[in-house]
Amino acid sequence: MSDSSIKVENLSKQYRLGLVGTGTLTHDLNRWWHQVRGKEDPYLKIGETNDRATKGKSDYVWALKDINFEVKQGEVLGIIGKNGAGKSTLLKLLSRVTTPTTGEIKAKGRIASLLEVGTGFHPELTGRDNIYLNGAILGMTKAEIKSKFDEIVEFSGAARYIDTPVKRYSSGMRVRLAFAVAAYLEPEILIVDEVLAVGDAEFQKKAIGKMKEVSKGEGRTVLFVSHNMAAVQNLCTHGLLLMNGTVLNIGNTNEIVKQYLSINQKQLSTGYEEFEDEGKEAWVHSITLKNSQKETTSKLKFGEKFSVKLKVECNIDVSNLEPLIAIDTSNEIRVFTSSSGEQGMSYSVKKDSSVEVEAFFDNLVLVPGEYSLVLALRSGKTQQFDVIFNALKFEITEEAYIGVVPHNGSWGVIRVNPVWKF
Amino acid sequence: MQNSSAEIKSSRGFTHGEEDWTMVIKPQSSLFDLELKEVWRYRDLLLLFVRRDFVTFYKQTVLGPIWFFLQPVLTTIIFTFVFGNVAKLSTDGIPHVVFYLSGIVLWSYFAECINKTSTIFIANANIFGKVYFPRIIMPLSIVVSNMMKFGVQFLLFLAAWIYFITKGAGIEPNLYALLFPFLLFLMAGLGLGLGMIISSATTKYRDLTFLLTFGVQLAMYASPVIYPLSTLEGNIRLLILLNPMSAIIETFRYGFLGEGTFEWVYLGYSTLFCIIAMYMGTLIFNKVQRSFMDTV
Repeated sequence: MSDSSIKVENLSKQYRLGLVGTGTLTHDLNRWWHQVRGKEDPYLKIGETNDRATKGKSDYVWALKDINFEVKQGEVLGIIGKNGAGKSTLLKLLSRVTTPTTGEIKAKGRIASLLEVGTGFHPELTGRDNIYLNGAILGMTKAEIKSKFDEIVEFSGAARYIDTPVKRYSSGMRVRLAFAVAAYLEPEILIVDEVLAVGDAEFQKKAIGKMKEVSKGEGRTVLFVSHNMAAVQNLCTHGLLLMNGTVLNIGNTNEIVKQYLSINQKQLSTGYEEFEDEGKEAWVHSITLKNSQKETTSKLKFGEKFSVKLKVECNIDVSNLEPLIAIDTSNEIRVFTSSSGEQGMSYSVKKDSSVEVEAFFDNLVLVPGEYSLVLALRSGKTQQFDVIFNALKFEITEEAYIGVVPHNGSWGVIRVNPVWKF
Repeated sequence: MQNSSAEIKSSRGFTHGEEDWTMVIKPQSSLFDLELKEVWRYRDLLLLFVRRDFVTFYKQTVLGPIWFFLQPVLTTIIFTFVFGNVAKLSTDGIPHVVFYLSGIVLWSYFAECINKTSTIFIANANIFGKVYFPRIIMPLSIVVSNMMKFGVQFLLFLAAWIYFITKGAGIEPNLYALLFPFLLFLMAGLGLGLGMIISSATTKYRDLTFLLTFGVQLAMYASPVIYPLSTLEGNIRLLILLNPMSAIIETFRYGFLGEGTFEWVYLGYSTLFCIIAMYMGTLIFNKVQRSFMDTV
């Protein structure tokens, strides 16, 4: 006997595109006629893979196509993929909100799904009543909820409002209460969609902590969907990467996350990028990343000084143009944002001319990894001409520039050199 | 290329033999698989839904539960005035108030059941789309919570009934009044069964919702709510008897008020109608609930 908790075999889900209306009835009748004669559904043979960007010929689309995977008991599987990759459809099938078109899902034990917090909350009912109602909707019995009631209230931090109708709650409080109910569910398998994206930072931390506790301490299987790669890496033991409705890869979380990020983002550039005009009044024409030797590159050594050169073009007269530069990590954590205005620098540019600006980073020590530059052009605090996310990707290599030993990412995003004194 | 990677993974999935899976999710399941065990496990949810309906009904109202009474009382007054005093329709010699009240209380239970049940998929799409529980809990909770409301209104009827008996208004109840629980069951079954059929159809084709409210209202006039069956003859009588609620209302009046038309055949027809409606309703509902989220 193995310790599998969920097994998904050849799972597919087909959706019909467009409006349900004209033509539905004829398709239904045709389908029924085939079924009566014992023939296969004619619409199952057609359908295209789910690629949002290209316009397909068929009215039917496969949101998921031949998915196979297995989850062992106690594993926390992070399901990642771009929008439209089929993550939500997979969760819907697993949580029995809808049925698969073909294929099977086998599971051991109760599945509880948290695709949304506070499903079924009634605004007129008190917090107390809603805890019972929501708990029961999620599959708990009244006795179970009663035994955990005090803990739920404590976890939510809403003890004071427990006999007040939920409609008087702040949205944050509602979410906390709802998550608290879900946190005390005791299913063998828990399915969680991006519900952690709500609530304040403190509560998110609490929620992630609780989920970790559930999977590690109590041996439950958790399936977790998120776009927050930091949360996925923090929480999951395994990763599943979906793309256009198929499984691209399954395995070690860090590898899967890395693969996802590499698909998702532009390949490393040469250190030079050009951008389109798009009718803006002032816009970034190009950007160049230079290393300490003034060479254009996208690879920097650990601890190396570098500079970012912008060429800005204006279609109108701008008297006080202020460029902004920000750097994001590959996990989309903003390292810093800096505006030339902060240093009291602004540029005056005439209509139909350009200006070149260079920012030197002599003291910023980023840890090895991939980063991307974010650029913006502003005038004063009020007017924003242009903003480019992911403008240029660059990498800090493991190779040290000045005899210092680089540390891995777990020490933080930047390295600082404080002055230590006795 | 994507397909091949999926196939490689599949080999991992087939290394173990048959195991003791507790749940298998498949595209199609038997129509008769009602998952009664699941329904039983979620029985607390049913009660909590009933409680929710009951509590939220009069939240933030001054009169509170009195509203349960007000509706039938006002309708009875209007009916007594319009049909009794102006149109002077016969009531088989029964005092107008109890005659109309009995019809209204019974009919409104059936009408509420069918109206509420017929919109469950659309009205609860947000819950159904996010979480699983046996969907049949929802229509069941509607029938039960309306039964509570009916109970309150029935007390009102009993009060009026006792008042007129003590006044000696010629009301002679008989043993057929004991059929009442069975009649209640028939009404619940009819409302539930027909409501489930309609709600299943409305997930894809919304046209029926428009017809329904109108249809239910019309059906009331095609039932002995405002006139006794005894005043009708021939084809019209048969037509009215086709309405499964007719025999139920007549039987109720016969038992409690001593006047009315009672035939086992008529009640048998209603019973058969109810069983068929329940059967079809459950089957269709069970089929639709599995994937209605894709079409609603």
